Amino acid sequence: MAAAPIITSRDVHLYYGKHEALKGIDLDFNPQQITALIGPSGSGKSTYLRLLNRMNDLIPNIKITGDIRLYQQDIYASDMDIVQLRKEVGMVFQQPHPFPFSIYDNVVYGLRLAGIKDRAVLDQAVETSLKAAAVWTETKDILHESALALSGGQRQRVCIARVLAVKPAVILLDEPTSALDPISSSKIEQMLVDLKKDYTIIMVTHNLQQAARASDKTAFFLDGQLVELNDTVNFFTAPAKKESEDYISGRFG
Amino acid sequence: MNVKRQDKLATIILYVIAGAIILVLVALLAFILIQGLPHVSWHFLTAPARAFEAGGGIGIQLFNSFYLLVLAMLISVPLSLGAGIYLSEYAKKNWLTGLIRTSIEILSSLPSVVVGLFGFLIFVIQFNFGFSILSGALVLTVFNLPLLTRNVEESLASISHAQREAGLALGLSRWETVLKIIVPEALPGIVTGMILGAGRVFGEAAALIYTAGQSAPALDFTNWNPFYIASPLNPMRPAETLAVHIWKINSEGIMPDAVAVSAGASAVLIVAVLIFNLVARWLGQRLFKKMTSS
Repeated sequence: MAAAPIITSRDVHLYYGKHEALKGIDLDFNPQQITALIGPSGSGKSTYLRLLNRMNDLIPNIKITGDIRLYQQDIYASDMDIVQLRKEVGMVFQQPHPFPFSIYDNVVYGLRLAGIKDRAVLDQAVETSLKAAAVWTETKDILHESALALSGGQRQRVCIARVLAVKPAVILLDEPTSALDPISSSKIEQMLVDLKKDYTIIMVTHNLQQAARASDKTAFFLDGQLVELNDTVNFFTAPAKKESEDYISGRFG
Repeated sequence: MNVKRQDKLATIILYVIAGAIILVLVALLAFILIQGLPHVSWHFLTAPARAFEAGGGIGIQLFNSFYLLVLAMLISVPLSLGAGIYLSEYAKKNWLTGLIRTSIEILSSLPSVVVGLFGFLIFVIQFNFGFSILSGALVLTVFNLPLLTRNVEESLASISHAQREAGLALGLSRWETVLKIIVPEALPGIVTGMILGAGRVFGEAAALIYTAGQSAPALDFTNWNPFYIASPLNPMRPAETLAVHIWKINSEGIMPDAVAVSAGASAVLIVAVLIFNLVARWLGQRLFKKMTSS
């Protein structure tokens, strides 16, 4: 183990009304690694991911217990600044939905919100973020055109650049490539691998090959429980649990 | 009869129905325009009406219609935006918001003459506003608000839920997300709905007969002080609008050229409403294009 984990979670339970969607998850995430969360639909992996930046808060009748810490700080503590949390923990969604503004305005949105007005700083952030998201060459001449005019894969990378611009420590991705074609997907995968030296990346994916190619650790969820957390290489070659082996060999899910 | 022939028959019937509707519309428009347009001249559009002799115009009525429209929209646009945003973004699903939605639906189906009489009792008599532009604007607000609110609510609801999450995930508060992301994205739909609402208000007569009044006192277009009694901007003066004027000269007009004035005024009204509709479509498409650059 290289460094102390950046996010720790202990005995996390989540209830939608009476239904227990997460049944006690213990899971840690290391910096500069990509962790893939896999499992069949309804296994709780997305629900768990969304706990990490408190995106579940607005859902009615939800109850969360347990302990989730970022830098050893309880993110569900009553004095937690949720805006600050979401700056530290950025999120990319399945549907590539840029805001209805220009590419430039999309990327600097979070910075402008933080009160940064200096044009030079914003220009620099746009270039750095779009480069890091591997979409700079395609967009550098059309920065002031609407982001909605881009293709799905480009949109998703602009959405990622938008998150990178606010310099989070952790990036959550909820099936970032499932709405994209294979070429766009592989570009994003490659980009994530390039990004991990600066970020902690946690990614939900339905694509097992993607998890195997891109991630360092794989966490397998089933029925609201964490079945196995393992180094990705080991997970896909010599899984520790019977359920894991059944899942990756396509016997269910 | 086999499936293919059934399909063909259904298609033909649908075409006939659609054609009949278009035919009625075109005939109506053509009739009004052919009857009315020859009477429309610059003099007709600007001169005051005459009660007993020929040669009167619709200048004051035309101005009243626009002024009333602007006032009514000034009141109803912010209200409907607020109500629509609340219903779409904040309202929880419970009996109270259910009641609000039902009330809005009932309100939108009230006959305008009933809304007019309600406005007469409340604004004209109870609040002592008299027959005035203010009473008229308020009653038009009551008349228009439900539809505008529905339009805003539906425009906002059509924006993907993912946009709300994306805003929140960037650290925006809920209000910032609504104001800076959801409303701008819904703007083409909202603007289109507002302009169509404006067109409806422009042509409204029944609700105004008892509120804005049926008389158009002479206006002094050199004095724009809103507190001066003959000022065009005075909101407390009675103001017959174009639509009310048409109704009035057809029911009790005694000027010798009543038929011509009525036909001309109708043509002007129709043209104005057509312009509202075309502008609504043009602006909505333009806004959408500007946002998507497609």
